[in-house]
Amino acid sequence: MAKIECPKCKKVIETTGLVTVCPDCGADMREVMEKLARFGDEAARPKLGKDESMTTHEFIVRTKGLKKIYRMGDVEVPALRGVDLDIRRGEYLSIMGPSGSGKSTLFNMVGGLDKPSSGTCFIEEVDMAQLDAFELAWLRCRKIGYIFQTFNLIPVMTALENVTLPMIFAGMGSDEMLERGAFLLDVVGLGDRLHHKPFELSGGQQQRVAVARALANAPAIILADEPTGNLDLQTGKEIIDLLKRLNAESETTIISATHDLKMIDVSDRIVHIRDGQVERIDERADIDLEVGTLGE
Amino acid sequence: MIDVDRLLAANKSDHGEEIRRQIVLPWPQAFRIAIRNVTLRLGRAAITATGVILGIAFLMSVWTQAVVEEATQDEQSIAIATGVGASETVLDDEDLGAAATTGDEEHTEGAARRSWLVVMSLLVCGVGITNSMLMSVTERFREIGTMKCLGAMDEFIVRLFLIETAVLGFLGAIVGAILGHVIMLLVSIIRFGVSVVPKMDWGQMLIYIGFALLIGCVISLVAAVPPAVRAARMPPAAALSTEV
Ligand SMILES: Nc1ncnc2c1ncn2[C@@H]1O[C@H](COP(=O)(O)OP(=O)(O)OP(=O)(O)O)[C@@H](O)[C@H]1O
Ligand SMILES: [Mg+2]
Repeated sequence: MAKIECPKCKKVIETTGLVTVCPDCGADMREVMEKLARFGDEAARPKLGKDESMTTHEFIVRTKGLKKIYRMGDVEVPALRGVDLDIRRGEYLSIMGPSGSGKSTLFNMVGGLDKPSSGTCFIEEVDMAQLDAFELAWLRCRKIGYIFQTFNLIPVMTALENVTLPMIFAGMGSDEMLERGAFLLDVVGLGDRLHHKPFELSGGQQQRVAVARALANAPAIILADEPTGNLDLQTGKEIIDLLKRLNAESETTIISATHDLKMIDVSDRIVHIRDGQVERIDERADIDLEVGTLGE
Repeated sequence: MIDVDRLLAANKSDHGEEIRRQIVLPWPQAFRIAIRNVTLRLGRAAITATGVILGIAFLMSVWTQAVVEEATQDEQSIAIATGVGASETVLDDEDLGAAATTGDEEHTEGAARRSWLVVMSLLVCGVGITNSMLMSVTERFREIGTMKCLGAMDEFIVRLFLIETAVLGFLGAIVGAILGHVIMLLVSIIRFGVSVVPKMDWGQMLIYIGFALLIGCVISLVAAVPPAVRAARMPPAAALSTEV
């Protein structure tokens, strides 16, 4: 934690480097944060070019000429038209693009939720098309945590049961599972809602259950498709904060589709997608500028 | 509200015992989840079970009627026999034979009509169950997709539906069998008087009840397997994006 001072109300607040507006007066604190980052406070420094010093990047996900064509009767809808994307281990990647540009489609390919029409998707240098059903399930279960815009909780299960579900599939013992489930729900601030069903929870609370569920098996990759799209500002911010810190401190790779500027703000790279193709990729250095102008 | 520090601390301490067992095929868990699905979606389950209940009730009423007819027929032939014995007169062998053949003809005709009814009731049962199973699987595509995202194997999904259907099929068959049997029995009592009851072949009745339960379960399972397998095989993305 680092202490920074609000430029307007002079309140000193503790932050992990993720707060960009003063919680009290709403003043923009980005500039202060920048300075702090340059002065080298560990906690405040964004994970800037962490792997840059290494000669070879280790890519956790790579796609090569990824194409996806949906067929609706006689009509062919090309959703992806050849996407080449290398995602570094431990990076926070945001995918941006207008509605219908193919973000969710790319997501499904990367997450092993759908098969591309052509092209390959490698996860840790393994061609996903080569995986059998068991390996694919294993991957979805332990390697990847999914967070969806629509939460996708199982409606008949309680919060705790929802969170323990991935642990059932991972073959965890019953006691251990319940303990970890309760712990995770407590971490996301729902320690008193363990036995509530999704419909008894607010949208923000449901998404926190979904986040806890995504973390159940401590995945190496978290795939989040517009995770804050349906949330209030506060919960959205908390979830972004959680993802960013997981990313910074436990090397979790975060891949997230978003329109949310707060989310862009914490990204290492932003991939812009348009009409099923990568339009451009912004590195962290460019991002600050862009957010600065967008924010005005 | 989200306590990231605790999470990270826990993640660090967890690190040693990383990979646990493989994805075991958790029957008990599947059973638990399936039973919960049935009990929590009682309304939905009742609709699915209604197909079974109606079909099996129909089947059981046909079989009960068969047993009752059997009993009353025995009564008639006994009456004929005693009639013969009592008069002890000129009735020759020919007359007796004629009486027996009419009885037999009636009997086979009744049996044919009954087996036709049985086939009909099985059809009603099968169509009803298939229809409701198809519906209950379709409306849960999203849930199936989610489970697959979380690491469920196709077999687990199929298993879930099989257990659910077996439970629903069995319960539906029990209710249906009781319903069909009791209604038919009451009708018969009204027609022939209470005296039929002790004359009925209750051993045969029990066999019929056993068959009805078995048939209820089997038809339910056969009806449920295709949609469940189809749903389980779908790529998660497709299952998730299905709107019902
Ligand atoms: N299951 C499907 N069947 C047919 N077409 C589809 C299907 N899923 C997506 N598409 C099409 O593929 C294109 C890309 O869709 P996709 O959902 O990936 O967009 P997106 O970038 O995620 O949009 P949004 O920001 O609105 O979520 C769209 O033109 C869409 O109509
Ligand atoms: Mg989308």
